Amino acid sequence: MKKPPFTTLVSRAVVLPADDVDTDQIIPARFLKGTQKTGLGQVLFADWRSRPDFPLLQPSAAGAKILVTGNNFGCGSSREHAPWALVDFGFRAVIARSFADIFKGNATKNGLLPVALPEAACVRLELAIKANPALELTVDLDKERVSLPEGGWISFSIDPFAKHCLASGLDELGYILGFADRIKAYEQR
Amino acid sequence: MPRTLFDKIWDAHVVAEEAGRPAVLYIDLHLVHEVTSPQAFAGLAERGLEVHRPDRTVATMDHSIPTNGLPIADDAARTQLRTLAENCAKHGITLYDAESTNRGIVHVIGPELGYTQPGMTVVCGDSHTSTHGAFGALAFGIGTSEVEHVLASQCLLQRKPKTLEVRFEGALREGVSAKDLVLAMCAELGVGGATGHVIEYTGPAIRALDMEGRMTVCNMSIEAGARAGMIAPDETTFAYLRGRPHAPKGAAWNAAIERWRDLRTDEGAQFDRTVIIDATRIAPMITFGTNPGMGIPVTARVPSPDDAGPGERAALAKALLYMGLTAGEPLLGKKVDVVFIGSCTNARISDMRAAAAVMRGKKVAPGVRVLVVPGSQDVKRAAEAEGLHEVFRDAGAEWREPGCSMCIAMNGDMIEPGQYAVSTSNRNFEGRQGKGGRTFLASPETAAAAAITGKVTDARTLVGGAS
Ligand code: SF4
Repeated sequence: MKKPPFTTLVSRAVVLPADDVDTDQIIPARFLKGTQKTGLGQVLFADWRSRPDFPLLQPSAAGAKILVTGNNFGCGSSREHAPWALVDFGFRAVIARSFADIFKGNATKNGLLPVALPEAACVRLELAIKANPALELTVDLDKERVSLPEGGWISFSIDPFAKHCLASGLDELGYILGFADRIKAYEQR
Repeated sequence: MPRTLFDKIWDAHVVAEEAGRPAVLYIDLHLVHEVTSPQAFAGLAERGLEVHRPDRTVATMDHSIPTNGLPIADDAARTQLRTLAENCAKHGITLYDAESTNRGIVHVIGPELGYTQPGMTVVCGDSHTSTHGAFGALAFGIGTSEVEHVLASQCLLQRKPKTLEVRFEGALREGVSAKDLVLAMCAELGVGGATGHVIEYTGPAIRALDMEGRMTVCNMSIEAGARAGMIAPDETTFAYLRGRPHAPKGAAWNAAIERWRDLRTDEGAQFDRTVIIDATRIAPMITFGTNPGMGIPVTARVPSPDDAGPGERAALAKALLYMGLTAGEPLLGKKVDVVFIGSCTNARISDMRAAAAVMRGKKVAPGVRVLVVPGSQDVKRAAEAEGLHEVFRDAGAEWREPGCSMCIAMNGDMIEPGQYAVSTSNRNFEGRQGKGGRTFLASPETAAAAAITGKVTDARTLVGGAS
């Protein structure tokens, strides 16, 4: 299905300071018994919500569309419920040191932009957000860059096809089905 | 040009590849289960599409199905299972449903029924699809959008991953299992260490493993972040497959063997990376932390965050806090509340035998709950034919119906907050086996030993343990 295209995102950001955040944390398995993709935002990080310092529920985080976090974000289970829950909660981009493979693919298919930035840049963003939670970041997909708090930009790279799909809202299945004849021919080899 | 095993399978499945675009990769076998498929079938219906190759699609019920027998009390689980049954009936997909005598965990029944074969591309909406790589297949987990893609087209868009050879030199010592080998690898590479790569496992310690041990190893490739794990097929592979219900028969079998013999990395082929591990130095392993890379020999002491690199210090401290452990304390002797023997990692007949060998004639320690959950109805029958269920029951363990059970805590089987479990499954993430639960991952031998003593135990020190 056609998704709303991803344009430039300007938003406040919330910092989740953790490495290797697995998809069991993003959405525990007991919430995977449904048959829909919707309404999962309310169980995003369900088991971390009761912690008083849980960043996503601080008043200053309300409305933030960008999550800033550690390395290997989204490791573990392939559940696409993870990006569904993040998007339903309101996120449109995750800035991390690195991403797990399956999560990264699942994210872009749901209009959630994974932005991998080097450690130093992430630390700068985190310190600036801590100092001023109202700080707005700009994620510019077209130019593949994120605004820096003290001015200027830091670039990131993204698979050109994933970028194309995000920017145009194009869906991969439509692209694959464009090869229907080649698929048939392959099957008849 | 010499090619790796991975390259050969990849090259043989590229249907199309436009400049700058990912390859359109053909999928030979698509395995489906109840949790990650309903939204994919719904997407198909929304677009008015059919399943392109129902004959290459096989479904089972494993994740949310309870293991204490029918009827299913949980409304949500029942709806999810019914949805799968309806979707399979509508599209003509073979389903191993609740009543099937071959039902089981998707990664147990695929190989067991002979669906998984060398040289295939295999996918499933489940990250442990890497298991099937044990047969020299390229097998990897996908998300639900991709499940929909494969249902509709039998193809996926994929960028070619990098290759990583993990070579195990030497032989495993007595009392050390395939699970220990792969836990040792996860500890060595770290939980994200193989991200972006497909692992090929090589070396004498791998060759010496039987198919079930190889499946245990490939199963946990994803726990080091790898896209897939694979082992070149050999006589062990062929002997396992011969005569399985969906394996080729007669002349087709002979032709298949001929083709499969070529599925090996050519002399001189280049991997993007190689890691060499001395198998002779691997001890029985156990995890102490909250990801599968946090593993140590069962006889070792819990590492201290102070000794870790700056990048790992915080994660280690956080893990110890969650686990209620102190740096420097030994795990041996740590009291456990629950023992789980099961999951797609260790619920095959050899795992049942290994656990039964430790528990035979003994009693479960007072206060310890022990769940033994065979991976499939076939495993259950085979175990019962050998009387293993009596060994477990006599000891005081529960012998359950097949399913994912306590590996994932979404089917009624779970540990309670604060409890410690020794588990033969593959993930010790916070809350994976139940909110607030604490998991020690280990082999069936180590788990069975803990069941008997009620404590983390080196199975080699128990009579009958290392035999
Ligand atoms: S046993 Fe556990 S890891 Fe394996 S498929 Fe089931 S839930 Fe996933």
